[in-house]
Amino acid sequence: MITIKQLRKTYEGSVAVDRIDLEVKDGEVMALLGPSGCGKTTTLQLLAGFLKPDAGEIRVGDRLLSSARSVVPPERRNMSLIFQSYAVWPHKTVAENVAYGLEVRKLPRAEVKTRVQRTLDRVKLGQLSHRYPAELSGGQQQRVALARALAVEPQVLLLDEPLSNLDANLREEMRFEIRRLHDETGITMIYVTHDQTEAMVVADRIAVMNLGRVEQVGEPHEIYELPATRFVASFIGRTNLLQLNGKTISIRPHQVLLSKPIEATHCLKGRITRHAYLGETRDYVVETADGAIMRVTTGPEVIHEVGAEVEMHLPLGACREITE
Amino acid sequence: MAVGAPAAPGRTALNLTRFRLEPALILGVLCLAALSFLVVVPIGWLVLTSFQDSDTQALTLRNYFEAFSHRIYLEPIANSLRLAISVAAIATIVGTALAWLVSRTDLPGRSILRPLILAAFVTPSFLGAEGWIFLAAPNSGWINKIWVALFHSEHGPLNVFSMQGAIFVIALYSIPYTFSFVSATLDMMPSELEDAATTLGSGIFRTMWSVTLPLALPAILSGFLLSFLEALELFGPPAFLLIPARQQVMTTQLYLFFSDYPPRVEVAAAYAMPLLLVTASLLLVQRRIIGRRRFTTVGGKGGVRRRMQLRTWRWPFFGLAFILPLLSVILPYTAMLLVSLSKNWSAGPFAPGNLTLYWYDWALNVNGTTREAIVHSLSYGAVAATLAVVVATAVAYMAVRKLFPGVQAFAFLAVAPFVLPGIVLAIGFFAAYTHPPLLLYGTAGILVAAYATRFLPIAFSNSSSILQGLTTDLENAARTLGAGPLRSLWTITVPLLRRGVLTSWLLVFIPALKELSASVFLYTSHTQVITTVIYDFSDAGNFEAVSTMGVLMMVITFVIVIVAYRLIGREVIRSAA
Repeated sequence: MITIKQLRKTYEGSVAVDRIDLEVKDGEVMALLGPSGCGKTTTLQLLAGFLKPDAGEIRVGDRLLSSARSVVPPERRNMSLIFQSYAVWPHKTVAENVAYGLEVRKLPRAEVKTRVQRTLDRVKLGQLSHRYPAELSGGQQQRVALARALAVEPQVLLLDEPLSNLDANLREEMRFEIRRLHDETGITMIYVTHDQTEAMVVADRIAVMNLGRVEQVGEPHEIYELPATRFVASFIGRTNLLQLNGKTISIRPHQVLLSKPIEATHCLKGRITRHAYLGETRDYVVETADGAIMRVTTGPEVIHEVGAEVEMHLPLGACREITE
Repeated sequence: MAVGAPAAPGRTALNLTRFRLEPALILGVLCLAALSFLVVVPIGWLVLTSFQDSDTQALTLRNYFEAFSHRIYLEPIANSLRLAISVAAIATIVGTALAWLVSRTDLPGRSILRPLILAAFVTPSFLGAEGWIFLAAPNSGWINKIWVALFHSEHGPLNVFSMQGAIFVIALYSIPYTFSFVSATLDMMPSELEDAATTLGSGIFRTMWSVTLPLALPAILSGFLLSFLEALELFGPPAFLLIPARQQVMTTQLYLFFSDYPPRVEVAAAYAMPLLLVTASLLLVQRRIIGRRRFTTVGGKGGVRRRMQLRTWRWPFFGLAFILPLLSVILPYTAMLLVSLSKNWSAGPFAPGNLTLYWYDWALNVNGTTREAIVHSLSYGAVAATLAVVVATAVAYMAVRKLFPGVQAFAFLAVAPFVLPGIVLAIGFFAAYTHPPLLLYGTAGILVAAYATRFLPIAFSNSSSILQGLTTDLENAARTLGAGPLRSLWTITVPLLRRGVLTSWLLVFIPALKELSASVFLYTSHTQVITTVIYDFSDAGNFEAVSTMGVLMMVITFVIVIVAYRLIGREVIRSAA
């Protein structure tokens, strides 16, 4: 179990990580999700041991790895890191890249060879072991980085936006690939990303971060369906935020029911100001009588003209009260 | 999960700050010592000496008064300016025109023209000046002789020993500056920019005047400034061409201050100050011009570059364009080769029985001085290149990785020698190291140090641009896999730098081999190098020996370049294939 307690890191006065607490169970994939500048990469660098915290501590099991007083250097933490830039060494072949960590551990040559081959097979690069990185595609280089990190069988695998340099199709494929590698090895992963879909596909649990703080930790469906804060509600998917009876309410656009006005009282009245047909759905922008703007997603068969008066029904079960 | 990287007990929780700072601190102190020795002390002494009384060492302004109050010392300044402005004007106009022909038109043979023009970069201009002495010396020059034979006139038309001769020769070797800057800009400029003007009804010449030229203006100005500075700082060609004409420029006047007995170093230091200030400020101006160009960048993304049809003008322009390489490389070096193969050059290369390999045998086997000079040139150059590359790479590593605060000052010191003309640098070294505690004058050490300093900026900018291209992730990846900081540096960063470091080494070694203007101030009879031997022979009028050593120097340079690029090239192939 990885335990982060009251971890804090500042750069020249500005706070990058602000007293966060987080627990990651053995064998779990935890995603750190948030916009750029939210502190997720700094948290990862702290976990890897490249940075020293100003306060708080990081433990793996009962071994203290980082505190304001001392930091176990990266090479003795038994954590592998996948870099956003891959950081595959251009002067070494695929096999030499993967063998590096094993050679540092002084394993016998024969064992290095079998483990390199086994790991490369696992990431489907078995045939390319003698290539140089310059001869590989971006996706293949990503697999080399994964193989190199996994070959040493680390206790924890840290991934820093590993897919952000790939094109969209490859990114989708690699999400499942990384999840498959986790399911095969059972390794604990901490996965930094700004892409909510990526986090939802790969992670068991997601920690949503903003301004150096962890806003909410939960399984993907909890984060989406039960957002705890205004930030989480608006960062994960689209939402409408309303003030009703002095409370802030979040409701997803597809959960609003739209109809022609009928005499009813428990609903919001508004006027369609914009409309887009998107094939699978229709998107409406509705302005309420008191000037609030609502986004509503309906099935393609629900048709209203721009300017039409409509009513929006907000099912009670779909309204979430959130804190600011 | 296997338990990898078992940590030695007790070393587990090592203090990270102490761990990182210690090797960095040692490196920093070593670099500071090296930079002080190479840069700070010589520049410091140069400035200090200019304010010191030669006997009492008391602070005084007398040296400046002495240097700038006599008519005979002011005339060289006027000559220098005249020379530099004329050279810069000619080089800029010709260089721009050639760049346009090569980059924007369908000129025939343009692909060989480019390397031929740039070849003038590789050949040192003082050898070009020697070559032109054989062609255009007043009576014995071959062109003059042919003229006299053809037209039965009394004198030939050319006299290279004159201000015009010097301007002509120096301009030939300055043209590549403007040419390379402007053609780089024109190569990047998409035709759409010009087409936009043409579609608005502008004719070819109007388009060139109102679109093409203004866009290339920063490059043209840069070329002008660098040609101007180069002409101002050159020592070799003015020494060979103007001293016989009894005209001095600032650099040759500085040499005269030195060759007085005792050398008037204090006056020389004062006299060098304007040269230093002008160089520093003009380079600053040039950097601002280049810097501003980045905003108005001639972006080349996806732009189509069409070449202009010269039609009937193709071959006339072809003839004109090939005049430059003819004058800068082909004629003078053919002349030099022929002179080196002649028993007596003034008889002409085709006089019966005049062709011989005597001078090569003499230079390589008979004469001890020339043989030693070759060995000295190679060994001093090699040691200087190694020293410069080690210091430059270490400083660049610290600066790029920002190992500690204030490290940018180190980077500044490493590029500072760029503003020092060779001669000014030599005066600084002379002033700093002719007395205890470090008495280097008369030893190989002072030449090695001067070469290392003079070309340190080249090595530094090369190393730091390579290091900037290497993300720290590469090293950090090794750390997370269990390698310590030094092992990561040694197994990842060092091998990745090897090719770039070899390039840096060559970028110092080759100019050091051809360095004349500092060498001529700092050598003694025990530390002769090829260039100073050439200088001595030229002074004594032994032009066959001058040519032989010149040819040998170029051959050595080319062999080294070819071998090195084979080596570097193979490495490129290995890591790419």
